[in-house]
Amino acid sequence: MFHAAIAALLLLNAGVALWRLHRGPTSADRMLAAELISVSAIAVLLLLGIGLAQPALVDVALIFALLAAVATANFVTRTWTLLHEESGNREEAGRD
Amino acid sequence: MSGLVIGFDLLLVAGLAWLAWQALFDRHRFSAVVHFMAFGLVMALVWVRLDALDIALAEAAIGAGVTGALLLAALGRLPATGGHSPAWRAAQRPLVLLALSTALLATLALAWVAWQLPRPGLAVPIAEALPESGVTHAVTAILLNLRAWDTLLEIAVMLTGVFLVWSLGAALVPYAPATALPGLPALTRLLHPLFLLVPAYLLWRGSHAPGGAFPAGAVLGAGGVLLVLAGALPWMHEPRRQPLLRLLLAAGLLLFLAVALGGLLLTGTFLAIPASMAGNVILAVETAAALSIALMLMAFYLYGEPGR
Amino acid sequence: MTEWLSLLGYVLITAGAIFFITGSLGLIRFPDLYARLHALTKADNLGLGLICLGLACQAPDLAAALKILLVWGLILIATSIGATLIASTALACGLRPRLGRPSPPAVTRDDTRRP
Repeated sequence: MFHAAIAALLLLNAGVALWRLHRGPTSADRMLAAELISVSAIAVLLLLGIGLAQPALVDVALIFALLAAVATANFVTRTWTLLHEESGNREEAGRD
Repeated sequence: MSGLVIGFDLLLVAGLAWLAWQALFDRHRFSAVVHFMAFGLVMALVWVRLDALDIALAEAAIGAGVTGALLLAALGRLPATGGHSPAWRAAQRPLVLLALSTALLATLALAWVAWQLPRPGLAVPIAEALPESGVTHAVTAILLNLRAWDTLLEIAVMLTGVFLVWSLGAALVPYAPATALPGLPALTRLLHPLFLLVPAYLLWRGSHAPGGAFPAGAVLGAGGVLLVLAGALPWMHEPRRQPLLRLLLAAGLLLFLAVALGGLLLTGTFLAIPASMAGNVILAVETAAALSIALMLMAFYLYGEPGR
Repeated sequence: MTEWLSLLGYVLITAGAIFFITGSLGLIRFPDLYARLHALTKADNLGLGLICLGLACQAPDLAAALKILLVWGLILIATSIGATLIASTALACGLRPRLGRPSPPAVTRDDTRRP
């Protein structure tokens, strides 16, 4: 009961990150929002794994945690050109 | 309790629908890709709620890890803005409506067909055949013994995909990063032991619990993508190593075919594995398939033929 | 003993959830990329860490508890190194951090943004 309630709360909290994901303004901000969703998903999986006594869910969380770095590493080595183009538009870069 | 769980599920479904909509219709390309990556994360949670842990493992590894990496790397080659003009979008609107209504009709038809399926399904015959299959987990038994034909063709389809990508041209030479990134080699060094350990664990677990070749291969492939990013795999581009690379790419399919032909010789049926040796044969095929799947994902990531 | 551990687990999980909420509050409200990075990586790692610790207290056996803590360790490595990667790339691409004292936004907003 307690675990499911906290899991629902974290899911709602990750829903807030969807606003940042939609809004931007830079692509790095969107990566941050995706990271928050990924970490929330890990916490939800662990909470459900203990709360519903399903130990296999911890394996799914382990895979999420292992792959969390792959997207960031890709962004900084292969997709950073977007960031370069966005920073030319200083008006967009500094605001909220 | 049940009200809370229903609320949790409704939140998941609402988030999933929003992410899918944004991934399809967001004008900003990068935003659409990140929405798609988040869609993979939420989809894995949905599979967990549907008690399909095997699919959740595969979705977590492929959807959240490797597909996102492939899309991000492709996006780095495209201009940030641009895209289509408003006039073009307006002209596309009838087509979008047509596609949406077709999708809706197809969903309704599929739901009707699913409703008509015989109720107990195939669970009872599969449970009866399980002792013959050599493993104790039903999904692995289906994928590698009872319906091994499907898995064989899936691996062949992936290999065909690699042929197609490589036939497009020479491997892309990536731009150098914007600045020196000493964190990147440190990241690969710290994570790499686990990128080897976790696939081995998933393979071993596959015989009696959710796991198996596809999640293991995808996790191993994501680790390989990280190595490619850090520039730690120069041998993939050396011309004299190309035969070895191609052999490893085909190893999973070749071993699978050898097992199928061996079954034809021993029992007279294509792909029939004798029950006495099924456990070991399945483990061998799964290991080879996982290694090949990992290498194929890395081969996609090169965006062209290496060593040319 | 086990009841005390379980009770401690509930307290830690609640604290972790509070850190998650502050983290997403920072992600929404902070003024520029670097501040948001700070809010996210600090608060999320601490939030997930407290939740993992709390769940490890309630885990059925030691192996399960260690696996939960391993998840936390992996996220610590991934997000802390990822934060330096994103910050140094953004700096190199010309995204300037917002400088200056925290002051009423309406007065000094424009000149702090372009130093």
